[in-house]
Amino acid sequence: MDYIPNTDRDRQEMLDAIGVASIEELFADIPEEVRLAHLMHPDGPTGRARSTGTGPDGGNVDLPATIGGSMSLPAPMSEYELVRHMEELARKNGTLDEYVCFRGAGAYDHFIPSAVSHITGRSEFYTAYTPYQAEVSQGTLTSIFEYQSLICELTGMDISNASLYDGASAVAEAAVLAHKFTKRDEVLVSEAVHPEHRLTLRTYARNLGMVVREIPVLAGLSTGMTEAGRTDIDALRDAITDRTACVIMQNPNFFGVIERMREASALVRERGALFVASVDPISLGLLAPPGEYGADIAVGEGQALGNPLWFGGPYLGFFTCRADLVRYMPGRLVGETRDAAGRRGFVLTLQAREQHVRRERATSNICSNEALCALAAAVYLSLLGKTGIREVARLCLQKSHYLAGALSERLKGVEGFRLPFGAPFFKEFVAEFPGGDPAHGWDAINRRLLAGKIIGPLPLARFYGSENSEGAGGGNSGRGNGAGRAGKNGMIRGFRPGNAALFCVTEKRTRAEMDRLVDAIANIILSGD
Amino acid sequence: MNYPEDLRYSKKHEWIRIDGRRATVGITQYAQDQLGAVVGIDLPEIGKAVERDEELADIDSMKTADVIYAPVSGTVVEVNSTLEEHPEYINDDPYGEGWICVLEVADPGEVDSLMTAGEYEAFVRGLRAE
Amino acid sequence: MERMSSVRGQVDGAREQPRPGQGRRGRAGDVVEPLIFELGSEGRRGYSLPECDVPERRIEDLIPPECLRRDEPHLPEVSEVEVIRHFTRLSQLNYGVDVGFYPLGSCTMKYNPKVNEDVAGLPGFTRLHPYEPEELVQGALELMYELEGYLAAISGMTRVTLQPAAGAHGELTGLMMIKAYHEHRGEGGRRRKVIIPDSAHGTNPASATLCGYQVVEVKSDERGGVDIADLRALAGEDTAALMLTNPNTLGLFDENIVEIARIVHDSGGLLYYDGANMNATLGIARPGDMGFDVVHFNLHKTFSTPHGGGGPGAGPVGVKAALEPFLPVPTVEREVIPGEPAEREPGRGYGGRDGSAGQGGGENGGAERVRYWLNFDRPLSIGRIRSFYGNFGVLVKAYAYIRALGAGGLRRVAENAVLNANYVMRRLSGHYILPYDRHCKHEFVLSGKDLAEHGIHTMDVAKALLDYGFHAPTIYFPDIIKEAIMIEPTETEPKEMLDAFVDAMIDIKERAAREPEKLKAAPETTVVGRLDEVTAARRPKLRWSLSTHSGPGS
Repeated sequence: MDYIPNTDRDRQEMLDAIGVASIEELFADIPEEVRLAHLMHPDGPTGRARSTGTGPDGGNVDLPATIGGSMSLPAPMSEYELVRHMEELARKNGTLDEYVCFRGAGAYDHFIPSAVSHITGRSEFYTAYTPYQAEVSQGTLTSIFEYQSLICELTGMDISNASLYDGASAVAEAAVLAHKFTKRDEVLVSEAVHPEHRLTLRTYARNLGMVVREIPVLAGLSTGMTEAGRTDIDALRDAITDRTACVIMQNPNFFGVIERMREASALVRERGALFVASVDPISLGLLAPPGEYGADIAVGEGQALGNPLWFGGPYLGFFTCRADLVRYMPGRLVGETRDAAGRRGFVLTLQAREQHVRRERATSNICSNEALCALAAAVYLSLLGKTGIREVARLCLQKSHYLAGALSERLKGVEGFRLPFGAPFFKEFVAEFPGGDPAHGWDAINRRLLAGKIIGPLPLARFYGSENSEGAGGGNSGRGNGAGRAGKNGMIRGFRPGNAALFCVTEKRTRAEMDRLVDAIANIILSGD
Repeated sequence: MNYPEDLRYSKKHEWIRIDGRRATVGITQYAQDQLGAVVGIDLPEIGKAVERDEELADIDSMKTADVIYAPVSGTVVEVNSTLEEHPEYINDDPYGEGWICVLEVADPGEVDSLMTAGEYEAFVRGLRAE
Repeated sequence: MERMSSVRGQVDGAREQPRPGQGRRGRAGDVVEPLIFELGSEGRRGYSLPECDVPERRIEDLIPPECLRRDEPHLPEVSEVEVIRHFTRLSQLNYGVDVGFYPLGSCTMKYNPKVNEDVAGLPGFTRLHPYEPEELVQGALELMYELEGYLAAISGMTRVTLQPAAGAHGELTGLMMIKAYHEHRGEGGRRRKVIIPDSAHGTNPASATLCGYQVVEVKSDERGGVDIADLRALAGEDTAALMLTNPNTLGLFDENIVEIARIVHDSGGLLYYDGANMNATLGIARPGDMGFDVVHFNLHKTFSTPHGGGGPGAGPVGVKAALEPFLPVPTVEREVIPGEPAEREPGRGYGGRDGSAGQGGGENGGAERVRYWLNFDRPLSIGRIRSFYGNFGVLVKAYAYIRALGAGGLRRVAENAVLNANYVMRRLSGHYILPYDRHCKHEFVLSGKDLAEHGIHTMDVAKALLDYGFHAPTIYFPDIIKEAIMIEPTETEPKEMLDAFVDAMIDIKERAAREPEKLKAAPETTVVGRLDEVTAARRPKLRWSLSTHSGPGS
C-alpha cells in the first residue's frame, strides 16, 4: 500500500502535459554515479533488515542506473498484514495494564480521561501543520492560547510559550535564555534535578561554551533527617558568583523531595542570577507555584498532563517566564488580536525572535512545538479544572505517604532498610536496602516482583555515583561525561545510591496494590532467599 | 521620502541630530519603510560606550529583525524608553517621537564623515535603482 | 458584549453546521468561539477520580505551610460535554490534510495513513513506561532497532539515532556530532565555521549558532544551486561543515553535488544533509551515496507521520561510520544469545524476530535468543539531547509506513511527488513567473512580483486560495526569490485535486488585474478575516487572565 492515487493513465496525461516521455526524465539532473542501482527486498546486502515475505512488488528491482548502491528493506505489506505484524510487536511488551507500576522519575502513570484522546484524535487537529495561515487555523491557535493561559494559571507565571520538545530540552533552553539575557556563562544546577535533564543541559551548555556546576544534596549524616534529600542551600549560597547566569532547581526534586524554593529563589535573585524552577505540573495542585516564589523561569515535563507514557515520548516541555523576558523566549507564541471587523482571533506572534526571520541571531533554533501534546494538556487541565488538579495532587500525596508508611512499618528493624531522606515529599520517595550480595538489593527484589506482575521501584545506581551510571556527576569538560562515567563528586554525601530505589505512587495506585507490593517486598526480604 | 536638512546620515540608514556634544540617533524614513511595521526594540543600556559602526540596538519588525549601528562613537546618555510601549513611533515619526537614543559624542570629527541630506538622498536613490 | 452575542448563538442551538476548516463566520465584533475560561460556572466538574482509599492525613502535617500554594489557580470549571463541544468546535475551525489540499512547500503535507494512528495507539506501545525493565520492552526496542536499520538503508548511512524530537533538534544533534568529530581529531579549535547556502531553511543558521558555530553564507548560482566558485573561496581549514538541502528549497537538485562534496571534504570539512526534502529522492538516490556524512530525517514530512498542528514530529539523524562514536546516548543494540533455553512465556520478552522477518534468526535450530538493549556506555558520545529515547509514538507510525511501502513503494513516492510537482509547475508556468525554468523535484517556487502592478502581493494570493478551499503554499520563502510562492503538492493528491488548484491559481491571477480590491479583502469565507498581526506583536496579549478577559457567568 503506497497511498498514491495516480493511475497509469493519470501519469501519462501528466507526462504529456509536462512534455516528457517518462518519469525517469524528470530525474535526469541527478548524476548517475549517485543513483541507486537496485532496490532489494529479501536479504539485501546493505540493509540489515531481512524478510522472507513477498508483497505485491516483492523481490529485487534493477533500476536504470548502471552504477550505484542498493537499498534493502523488508517487502511491503497489506494493511491487514501490517496490523497483525504491529500487534505482534506490541504483544512483546509488558504494558502498565498488565503490570502494576511503581515507577515515575519524570514519566508518570496518571489517569487520562477518555475525552482527551477523543479530542487529540480529531484529524482536523492532528493533520494540520504549524498554524501559519491564521484564518484557517483558529482551532490550533485558540487551543494553544488556552494552553498558554492554563499553564500560566497553574505555574503563576506571566507568560508561557506554546511548548518545547520535553522537560529536558526545556531545562536546557532555560539555561540558554539565562546565558543570553545575563551575558554570564555559568550555570548552577542542583544534583537533585532529573539526571537526564542535567545531562541534556550539559550537552547544550558545552557547545555554547557555558560551564555547568552542580550543587550537592544534603544527606542525613550532616543535617538531621528533616532536611535530608534537599539541595544544600548553604552550598548554593557559596557557589553563586557574578558569572552565574542562572540556578536550576527542581521541585519536587528527582527524589520526590519538596525543596526550599522560596529561600533559594530569594538568594539567587539577590545575586543577579535568574532562578529557574523545574516543576511537576501535577504537584502545583497543592504546592506553591513558581510565580509565588518569584522564579524568573519555570519549566517542566508536561507529560503528566493527559499524555500517554508512550515509552518516553512524544511528551512536551512547558516553558514559562516573567513578562520582561519575552523577547528572549524560545519557541512559538500565540497572541490574541482582532480582524478588521473586530472579531477576536489568534495568531503566531513575536516571530522576529524566531529562526525563520532572525536566522543565526534567533533566540533558539526551534521551529515547532509539541502542539498535539499541548492540546492534550489543555483538554486535561480543562476537564480537571480548579478542583480536579488539587484532587489529583491530594491523592498522590496521601497514597504515596501511605506506601512509605507501610513499608517503613513492615520493614522496621530490617538491617539496612531505611528511607534516607526525611524532608517532606510529594508523590515519590527513596528507599535504601543494601545491595552487595547480588541475591539481595533492589535488582533482585525487582526481579521477584516482576514475576508477580509488579514493576518495583526504580534503582538509582544507574543515575548516581556508580561506575556505569548515567548520572551527570562531576566531570564537566570534554565529551564523555554524557556517556555515563559519573565523576567523583557525583555521589551525594551519606547517601548510597547503589542501595537506593525511587518509588512513585500516583492516584491510580490502590491501597490493595500497595499492600500487595509491601507484602511481596517483605516476603522477599524477610524470607532471605 | 523625507530627509531633513539639519540631520546627518549613515550608510546603514541611521540619522543623527547634533546639539553640542549630544547626538540624538534614529533611523531614517527609508529604513523604517524597508523594515515595515516595527514591533519591538531592544534599547541599549545607559552608560554603554560604543564605537562607530558597533551594534547599538536590536530592532524587530513584522518581516525582519535588524540591528541599529552607532553612526558615531560615543556613550549612551539617554534612551527613548517610550518606544518599548510604542514601537510604532519609529514608523510614524522616525525623526521625532521615534528617536532611539542620545550619544555623548566621543570624536566630533566623525560627524563630518557622515552624509548630508542631499548626499543621503542620492545614496538611497542609488539603492532603489539596483 | 461580545461574549453575550456568542453565548446566545450557542444557546439557541441555531449555529449553522460549519464547513470544515471554514466554519461560520461570526458577525462583526463577535467571538468565533469563547475561550474555555469563558465557559462553565462555579462548581462544575468534568472529571471523576477514585476515592482516597488510604487513611488521610492532614496536608499541613505532610507539607510545611510555606511550601503550599496560597492562591488557587483560575482554572476552568466546566463539564465534560462543554469541554468536548468546545474543542470539537475548535477542531472545525482548522484546516488539515484530511480536510483538503495542503501544498505548503518544504513541509511535505502528505496524507497520514489511518492505520498508522491505530497501530501507534495499541496499548502495547502507549502504555509503556520508559523505565520498565528491558525485558518488558523488547518489542519497542526491536521496533526502534529495525527502524534505525531501515533509515540507514534508505539514506545510505551507517547508523542512526532516533532521539531528536524534530528536524531542528536533529540539526543541532548532527552539528554537535560534527563538532565532537573535529574536536576528537584535534581540529575543534580552528574549524569554527559552518557554510550554509543563502536559500537554506532558517533553522540551519540558527542550529549552527546554538552549536557555537559561526555561520558563513554561500551564494546560489544562476541555476539555483550552490555557487561553486563561491564555495571554493569559502571552504578551508576553518570549515567545520557545509549544510545542504538537496533538492534545495527551490525544489532543484544540485547537479554539482559530487563536486561540492569533494570541495568540502578536501578542505577537511564534513557534509550535512538537511532531510526536509527527502521525499524527492526516496529510492532514487541516497545522501550517503552523494557524499553526505550526516543526515537528518523529518519523519513527519517524508515518512507520513502527522504534523499535529506543529508537533510532535521526529528528526532522527544518520551518520557515516567515522561519526558513529559520537552518537547521543543511549543507542539501541541487538545481541544474539546462543543456546540459552527460553524461560519466558511465549510471545513476550526476549524472543526472535517477528513473524514476517524470519523466525528467531534460527540458524541454530531455534535455540538462540535475540535480546535488544539500551547502550549508555559510549565514551565519545556527545551525551544526551533529551529525556528517554525519542518520540517513540511517532517512530511507530514511521515504522509502519516503511513496512507498508517497502523499497519499491518508497521509490514510487518520490516518482509521483516529483511528477505531481512538475505537472503543477508546468500548468502554472505560463501564468506566474518561474524563476528557474528546469525540471523541479518535489516542489517548486514561483514569484508573484509581477502582480505588484495591480497592487497585489503574494500574501493576497495565499489568502485568496483559502476562499477556494485550499490551504496556501509557503510564501516569502526562500528570501532569494522576490514574492516567493513555494508549492509542494506531494504524491498523495489525485490529479483532479491538482487541476482544481491550478485552476484556482489561474483564476486568482486573472482577478488580480480585474478586481484587485476583492483579492486584498480575501479571505472572505473563513471564520475570521485577516487578523491584525501588527497590534498582536506590538501589544502582545499572550494569555487569558481574569483581569483582561471575561470569566464564566460574568
